Amino acid sequence: MPNGISGAPPEIFLALGRPYETNAYNLSQGKRLYSWFGCKACHADGQGGAGPAFLDGWWNYGPEIVSIVASIRDGRPHGMPAFRDKMTTEQIWQLAGYVQTIGAYSVKTAAPGRNDEKHTRPAENRGPAALLFDEGPRPLHSDQGPRP
Amino acid sequence: MNEAKPDTRDSELAPPALAAALAETWRTPAGLWGVLAAVDHKIIARRYIITAFVFLALGGVLALLMRLQLAQPEARVLSPDRYNQIFTMHGTNMMFLFAVPVLEAIGVYLVPLMVGTRNIAFPRLNAFSYWIFLAGGALLWIAFVLDMAPDVGWFAYVPLSGPQYGTGKRADVWAQMITFTEIAALAVAVEIVVTVLKQRAPGMSLDRIPLFVWSMLATSFVVIMAMPAVIFASTSLILDRLVGTHFFNPAEGGDVLLWQHLFWFFGHPEVYIIFLPAVGMVSAIVETFARRPVFGYLAMVMALIATSILAFGLWVHHMFVAGLPRLGQSFFTASSMSIAIPAGVQVFCWLATLWDGAPVFRTPLLFVIGFIVTFVIGGLTGVMVASVPFDTQVHDTYFVVAHFHYVLIGGAVFPLLGGIYYWFPKITGRMMSETLGKWAFWLIFVGFNLTFFPMHILGIAGMPRRIYTYQPDMPWYGLNMFVSISSLVLVAGFLVFFVDAIRSARVGASAAENPWDAPTLEWATTSPPPSYNFAQIPVVNGLSPLWDQPACLMVASGLRTDRRELIVSTVATAKPQVREASPRDSIWPFWAAVATSVMLIGSIFTPWAVVWGSVPVAVALIGWFWPKATPEDEL
Amino acid sequence: MLAPAAVLMLAGCAGWQSVIDVQGASAISIKQLIILFVAVCSVVWAMVMAVLIRALWQEREERGRPADLDPQTERRMTRAVIAATAMTVVILTAFTTASFFTTRALSLANHDDLTIKVRGQQWWWSVEYLSPSEQRLQTANEIHIPVGRNVRLQLEGADVIHSFWVPNLAGKQDLIPGRPNTLTIRAERPGMYRGQCAEFCGLQHAHMAFFVIAEEPAAFERWVNSQQQSATDPSDADVIAGQQVFLSRPCAACHTIRGTSATGTTGPDLTHVGGRKYIAAGLLETTRGSLAAWIADPQALKPGNNMPMVPLNADELRSVSAYLASLK
Repeated sequence: MPNGISGAPPEIFLALGRPYETNAYNLSQGKRLYSWFGCKACHADGQGGAGPAFLDGWWNYGPEIVSIVASIRDGRPHGMPAFRDKMTTEQIWQLAGYVQTIGAYSVKTAAPGRNDEKHTRPAENRGPAALLFDEGPRPLHSDQGPRP
Repeated sequence: MNEAKPDTRDSELAPPALAAALAETWRTPAGLWGVLAAVDHKIIARRYIITAFVFLALGGVLALLMRLQLAQPEARVLSPDRYNQIFTMHGTNMMFLFAVPVLEAIGVYLVPLMVGTRNIAFPRLNAFSYWIFLAGGALLWIAFVLDMAPDVGWFAYVPLSGPQYGTGKRADVWAQMITFTEIAALAVAVEIVVTVLKQRAPGMSLDRIPLFVWSMLATSFVVIMAMPAVIFASTSLILDRLVGTHFFNPAEGGDVLLWQHLFWFFGHPEVYIIFLPAVGMVSAIVETFARRPVFGYLAMVMALIATSILAFGLWVHHMFVAGLPRLGQSFFTASSMSIAIPAGVQVFCWLATLWDGAPVFRTPLLFVIGFIVTFVIGGLTGVMVASVPFDTQVHDTYFVVAHFHYVLIGGAVFPLLGGIYYWFPKITGRMMSETLGKWAFWLIFVGFNLTFFPMHILGIAGMPRRIYTYQPDMPWYGLNMFVSISSLVLVAGFLVFFVDAIRSARVGASAAENPWDAPTLEWATTSPPPSYNFAQIPVVNGLSPLWDQPACLMVASGLRTDRRELIVSTVATAKPQVREASPRDSIWPFWAAVATSVMLIGSIFTPWAVVWGSVPVAVALIGWFWPKATPEDEL
Repeated sequence: MLAPAAVLMLAGCAGWQSVIDVQGASAISIKQLIILFVAVCSVVWAMVMAVLIRALWQEREERGRPADLDPQTERRMTRAVIAATAMTVVILTAFTTASFFTTRALSLANHDDLTIKVRGQQWWWSVEYLSPSEQRLQTANEIHIPVGRNVRLQLEGADVIHSFWVPNLAGKQDLIPGRPNTLTIRAERPGMYRGQCAEFCGLQHAHMAFFVIAEEPAAFERWVNSQQQSATDPSDADVIAGQQVFLSRPCAACHTIRGTSATGTTGPDLTHVGGRKYIAAGLLETTRGSLAAWIADPQALKPGNNMPMVPLNADELRSVSAYLASLK
């Protein structure tokens, strides 16, 4: 939020119809930030790598946008850096909305389409998380969430 | 139902009884049912024309908003997002919802009358076409009200309109609106081709077809050839965006220039789809008001055909700065310039007609004179932008904006307005006001030139098109302010025109059958024409039937009056072949249009809409074509 | 060095982006073609108008029935229309030929002194000098070129299609993703020439300008040398504070300042931002004040651009703008 509140979303966030989760512009800006800020280095296009995958639909800290924002802003143990000094609060919310979209259980109507580049998975608006959900999670470290 | 009635022929009835019998057979039912089920080409064309003029007015409001924003540097009247939506809407609306439909609609109204038949071919398809057009227009404008309007320009270049950069459903709305208007236009084109080739009055051989009908025939063929390219383009854009195909993705073997080729392969002929009917109107008006047949009929027809063929050979001149091979570009320079030859031939023939004629200066002729003055400017600037080096400087600047407004307003809207003044008495049975008409003409003519001529200079001064603002240190402020003020004069002219049209439709002086003493067949019936157009089908002996046989027109007889019959004739010589039954009113085209609209709009959101949406479409089509067990053609 | 530049700038303003105030080899040949076309077309138009006026306002005897035509008049008019059409063909052929030869003249000699890579991005221009220097030289929205030498521009679209257009020097050329284009330009006179994106590219298409600054070869060499230096370490306390703000805040994640830890590549290289004439792709002249205004709220000045508003307090804003202005 531009007002500096983050963590719990302020009421305006809900009053505006959760703009960072449902607005096509914010989601696509989030997608740009995902590549600009090097998220791909660890999370690939959502398949995971050094960091956990998003496509499998398992959320180590829950799928709510608030906890995704907290993960990006403050970092998490085992390698997730804090971005609080690299991104503005609004950018973090945009990015969080996009990350949530990658692992959404059902496709968001406003989800971005494919990128103009080589493809490693179906586009966000084709709902890969639902397809890959049955594979179960691939925890990278014993501390990172439950084993199925 | 038909079987129950006796086989009555028009030759057996006295004129009043014949009129009554035909009126009973051809009438459109009253009430809501009649509104939804009408298949009379005149009713549908009237709706089409009125709807298109509503879109013209809306598009004009958008243009005014743009001029308000551009009147001053760094103005904040509109946000860049709104401005981009507005200029995209303006272009899309004017091309797809106004210019093409209104000119085709006038063809739908006039072609059956001019060739002397009782209804257009495939009248139910005609009804379907209107409903689809209406749904496409509503889709675009509702999206605009909801802040979902396309913001990618009327030619929607990828990647800006592609999945990565065109966020939300805006570009999808644009692409699907294209599908709607293309279906509507294709349907009308097929009807007109068949009407002209197979339903002409006996004796109207190919060399006796009025020039307006020739122009509609040429236009319809261009529509049929050009539209599939853009339907393919817009469909593959939707697939790229929704399903994740790679037609336009360079990284996966697609190509962004493919879009430009496909779009302009349609987009340039599109200009002639708008221009050709307009020259047909000019020929009709010149002929009537110069009081002599158009000079060089054969040359005019050949020019129309040449234009419609050459139209497909010059799309690349829209892509001269895209980095295509030089030699290819030079070829397209030559082909683009060559289309000025048929255009020139037509202008010379009109001038010759006026020269030898005895011009009667009524409002329609004024608009035609305005057309010649402005269209020649637009044509000449067209020759300029056909040159590759010239174009690299003015491409995508206000010079091009000025050029295509000269071609489209000067070349098509002026004849259209002249045509409205000319055929208004035929369509409504009332004359438009000559005084207001002259006011409208002078305001529009002066306002138009003051608005658009300075844009040439702005382009030369380096102002690119599609910018929502410019900085105060650029030397464009004064001219932009001047243009914005001049646009008010243009708007005043259109307001006078609209006031005149609405007022005259209600209280104008009533019109005789042939108020202008014109030569073509549409003036041989009452104003407005009855539902069956002609009590008896006329027989044609020459190019200007009402001038050749002013006292009485020969007619063919022998058609049944108890069912909707018309004559099908041979293509070249128009010898009667068979009597064909024309379809009756039906609600099914309306339901088919509703089902198609639901399917197309649904497919903006999910590809499954195509699968499930095709079921209601199939149901509607089955209802539409359900066999009625009536005898077909009778020899 | 600044004084002559300022004079040139003032002189250049009058014909900024004018197609007919030509200072480059290509633009000069195109201007001749434009003059030819406009002159011939004006004459043609005037002739058509003369015929139209004569046709409409001439004394004439009563016509008989409209369909009665005088065969002699018809023959005369046929000859006139054929003559006019023949003249049209001749003019169009001449135009096509002239256009073809101008196109040939535009392909400047193969020998290029300098190659520059220009990438169009939403909504700014990244500029990289590839040759002759081996050392990396990156800047943004401002292209310095030596006068009288062919400069080869490699044009690439990073995201959507843009179009590179400096009317005073040359015609435009599109920057298309996946299809690199080249354009060779040559400035005949020193000066500062404004250019602008000419293909609609989204929200801020209107604010995507750049400048080509043509200098005498010696001045150009000096400029290249100064640009190749990394940013100098600040000495002033205010400026040092500004550098700290820049490096500790999100700024450094997107921008590069060579010689510091800021190595972001999403936004323009700011190593010598204070020495450029304009910031934000031709939006504002570079001053401390305009830098502060831009950083304070980029979305108000250029709505929709990709630079976020970084919340800074007044002191931070003042010092960071002082720091950027000091990066000459």
